[in-house]
Amino acid sequence: MTEYNFAYLDEQTKRMIRRAILKGLAIPGYQVPFASREMPMPYGWGTGGVQVSAAVLTPEDRFKVIDQGADDTTNAVSIRSFFERTAGVATTTATSEATVIQTRHRIPEDPLSEGQILVYQVPIPEPLRFLEPRESETRKMHELEEYGLMHVKLYEDISRHGHIATSYAYPVKVEGRYVMDPSPIPKFDNPKLSDSAAIQLFGAGREQRIYALPPHTQVVSLDFDDHPFEASKADHPCALCGAENTYLDEVITDDAGGRMFVCSDTDFCERRRAGQLAGEMTQARSFTLTPAQADGSDASGGSTTAQRRRTS
Amino acid sequence: MTPLLSVAGVTKRYGANIGCADVAFDLYPGEVMGIVGESGSGKSTLLNCLAGHLAPDSGAVIFDTRADGPRDTLLMSEPERRMLGRTDWAFVHQHARDGLRMGVSAGGNVGERLMAVGARHYGDIRSTATEWLGRVEIDAGRVDDRPTTFSGGMQQRLQIARNLVTGPRLVYMDEPTGGLDVSVQARLLDLMRGLVRDMGLSAIIVTHDLAVVRLLADRLMVMKDGHVVETGLTDQVLDDPQHSYSQLLVSSVLQV
Repeated sequence: MTEYNFAYLDEQTKRMIRRAILKGLAIPGYQVPFASREMPMPYGWGTGGVQVSAAVLTPEDRFKVIDQGADDTTNAVSIRSFFERTAGVATTTATSEATVIQTRHRIPEDPLSEGQILVYQVPIPEPLRFLEPRESETRKMHELEEYGLMHVKLYEDISRHGHIATSYAYPVKVEGRYVMDPSPIPKFDNPKLSDSAAIQLFGAGREQRIYALPPHTQVVSLDFDDHPFEASKADHPCALCGAENTYLDEVITDDAGGRMFVCSDTDFCERRRAGQLAGEMTQARSFTLTPAQADGSDASGGSTTAQRRRTS
Repeated sequence: MTPLLSVAGVTKRYGANIGCADVAFDLYPGEVMGIVGESGSGKSTLLNCLAGHLAPDSGAVIFDTRADGPRDTLLMSEPERRMLGRTDWAFVHQHARDGLRMGVSAGGNVGERLMAVGARHYGDIRSTATEWLGRVEIDAGRVDDRPTTFSGGMQQRLQIARNLVTGPRLVYMDEPTGGLDVSVQARLLDLMRGLVRDMGLSAIIVTHDLAVVRLLADRLMVMKDGHVVETGLTDQVLDDPQHSYSQLLVSSVLQV
């Protein structure tokens, strides 16, 4: 494409965003304001992440986009094709082959390595926002490290639900200094934030903030002494690949209570199955459609989905 | 004896208008001082200057800190002053809504100051909060209810519990009984008198209600147009006012 500058944004804008990123990396967890641009997609679709990706992409990069762990959902497909068209970079779905990964709501199951950049799409960068509506006040609280209020939120959780019910966007403290919203990733992923070999960048387009975690940053999830942080997940193995320790999506397979739990990280799950690992859905059922399955008269949604996934 | 709070020459101007001018007094540990005066006489401005909410144009507010002895709070750094604001100082607002988090349960409201100074044990925080609700006569069963479901008097008592939970030594109160009906006022005053005596608190109470200072305050300061016009022991000022404005104030109280 010659109509666009490389990766859509003009070079001055990218410089501005890179300055914000560098400042963010220098002060881990600190929200750096930046002049967010209008992007050819609505707010809430990842405009912050797209701008950060555009600023860090080079022609040699291999780009991967995941949305809730999947490479094949609307958001992931459209952002991937956006950069295919405007930057002409190579794309991949394999986590280990990608150099830049833009993500919404998940951290890949595979440990990231040095040289990789993980870009998060962030809707609300301010962890204190729903506790303290005034921006002037939240900035002062960050400045003075007054984070008692964050624990009030967790206290409220326990008093109402008996345990810390916050299950995503779970607040973390970075290097013992800034409290940070890790974007709406499940708290299962929180431990992966800490001491990651990859650079982690967070972009909030509507709120015009960028923040970052340099490699091997210490990130601690907030908790109480008698209610420690717990990285929770659905208590099942993956129905497709049998993995025991991955974050799972619950998929409703029929209207009679049938459901299956599958890895939300599709790349991880597919590679495991390609390596002949199988879960209950892929073991128990044959892959030829019987007439009964074909007309959908039993709980066959799971296996036909599995089959389609496998053959695609 | 070192005064707990020593105020000298505090002046705050709003442009050409005077907020309060050249106020000076000493407050000793365990002493309760009332500041009375009509609306616009500078009482609240003075209180906000003392509590660090407003920066006075000149003067000194010297507080006897636990660690370093007497220090001018106006020369402290912002973090130090705010730390003081949630440990040794407490501020009771006239409207409980200004001092409470209305979206957070009663227990969370009381626990916030504890968590702000580093408490990280849920069970301990909760039991302390429950104990304090008892001390301000709120049923322990309402620890998980939001203040929006409380009556005005209960909200005010909750605000007091929330402020006193960290064991402050100095409490600023801005019209603590304003907007409450008289029977609720009476109970609140009774409660505050008990707490102040039990905990040996020092307090500065701003009010226009002379009955409140008669009950609570040891000493009285009468303000008019930003200036202190009369000071003295409460009974002395109320029973034998010397300044013409004090005489007007005392004679204006309706007798039932």
